[in-house]
Amino acid sequence: MATTIDNGVNVQALLDAREVLAGAPEAAQFTWRASSKWQNGVYSTTTIQKYFGLGEEQSHKTETVFNADHPEVFAAEDRGITPIEYILVALASCLTAGVAAVAQNRGIQLRSVESTVEGNHDIRGILGDTDVRNGYNDINVTFNIDADASEEEIEALVAQSQKRSAVFDALTNPTEVTVSVA
Amino acid sequence: MLERGELANSWRRERWDSLRLLTPNWQSGLPGLPYEGDDSDGYMTAAEVAELIGRFAASVRAPVRTATNVTSVRRVDDGYRLTTSEGEFRGRAVLIASGACNLPTVPAFAAAVPAEVEQLTPFDYRNPDQLPDGGVLVVGASATGVQLAAELRQSGRPVTMSVGEHVRLPRTYRGRDVLWWMDASGVWDQRYDEVEDLTRARRLPSPQLVGTAKRKTLDLNVLTAMGVELVGRWASVRDGRALFSGGLRNVFSLADLKMDRLLSGFDEWARTNGLDAELDRPARFAPTVAPRSPRWQLDLRGGEIRTIVWATGFRPDYRWLDVPVIDARGQLRHDGGTVDSPGLYALGLPVLRRRKSTFIHGIEDDARDVVDQLNSYLAGGSRSSARANARGRSRSLARG
Repeated sequence: MATTIDNGVNVQALLDAREVLAGAPEAAQFTWRASSKWQNGVYSTTTIQKYFGLGEEQSHKTETVFNADHPEVFAAEDRGITPIEYILVALASCLTAGVAAVAQNRGIQLRSVESTVEGNHDIRGILGDTDVRNGYNDINVTFNIDADASEEEIEALVAQSQKRSAVFDALTNPTEVTVSVA
Repeated sequence: MLERGELANSWRRERWDSLRLLTPNWQSGLPGLPYEGDDSDGYMTAAEVAELIGRFAASVRAPVRTATNVTSVRRVDDGYRLTTSEGEFRGRAVLIASGACNLPTVPAFAAAVPAEVEQLTPFDYRNPDQLPDGGVLVVGASATGVQLAAELRQSGRPVTMSVGEHVRLPRTYRGRDVLWWMDASGVWDQRYDEVEDLTRARRLPSPQLVGTAKRKTLDLNVLTAMGVELVGRWASVRDGRALFSGGLRNVFSLADLKMDRLLSGFDEWARTNGLDAELDRPARFAPTVAPRSPRWQLDLRGGEIRTIVWATGFRPDYRWLDVPVIDARGQLRHDGGTVDSPGLYALGLPVLRRRKSTFIHGIEDDARDVVDQLNSYLAGGSRSSARANARGRSRSLARG
């Protein structure tokens, strides 16, 4: 069944990689990197190109530059999206990739996958109110999926995508974060 | 047969007081010893299981040497040398039947729990009276976790339960025990070489079931109704605070969807086998209700939690096995019970040869298959067996 549908995901390569890396855990150690530079005000640019994985330095085909600023209601100039919005980008794209990959693996042809992500944020925290947390209070993702599958199969796709999502894990579980001055 | 303690040792010493089997009595027979009591839908206590094993040992005149603790098994030229508390043994073949649940598994961050909080594993736990008054955090939502959470809540204590991935099952479905369905529809006979993801099947937590006279379901909705507070999977301890995953809803979805798929499979099996008339109508259970805003953290120094019960699973103990057959996860490397070392065999591990491998009624088919292989191994090695026979030491040993 998996051979007759095509969501454009090379699932066989992923399954092969899982097999190989099971016996070579050191090759599975990746380090993702971003380099950021303050521009002016609360505007910064962050570039991403190189990363480490499969035992050696790797590179994306091209360098990507991300502009981050704050909106005008924050008295800023809005030259890019707000840093906390990048989290929504990361979550949506990670879950969507997961849906496509799981669907491919389960032989489900997708026609369209759309989602909206909303993060509820009480900004009194970042303004100094210590009773309010700085980050999101909660995040809600709603998928709209058109596919050759039952409602239950589509729900299972979305559930499995969360189960295997790096960003979902990074957001829902604590991570040790160290910030230092070089 | 070498036994470290007395017959059915773990059933006598490593079970909490209220524990009953998850399988109904009619299912809990051993070869030649079907259940003949008057409560075929009931569930045996640990003492009754110990008694059953004792009766079986007597009926087959099992050559058990009790109080003989195996401390080392080493490969030698024509078989294995065993060092035990009662001296050395040698055998051309060894059958490992020491089980999959010898040690409780506790996450590493347990070491960061403040000292004023008492910590127990299911091996330490006997009954609620043993615990100090006050709140309990039960970690894990398998059969052990849900049973202990319910019992501790009934003792009047506030109970919080940390829930990761779990297996939800109703106790009865369409009027029959859910384990009747597993058996009758063939799920339990599914062979290890037919299971799609064997690694996952072997690591599956035990289902949320309890054996009670009223055949009650004990899922997370029941616990919530009892006043148990559900929180996400416990991820770490930071500054004396337990931090829980914010992904609780998804583990509910995964378990609900999986249960529904299983029940749909049962329904289809019943329909194709013409059983719909004698069974209750198909039904679906309410989805697991998520707390409105589950807590992500809990201050372990605040006095709210006095005791933590780690129902986070068990692992086998192979420290005595000095043969390189253990994988990176601490599991025995074997193919359907034939271990990766000549003359070494295993029984009684999860999905060893079938999904039912770890159930009392599941051992018979597995044992026949594995013992057949062991016998042909002994028959095949005629040269070394002649040598061993000459010394009068040809035998196989089981560590159970």
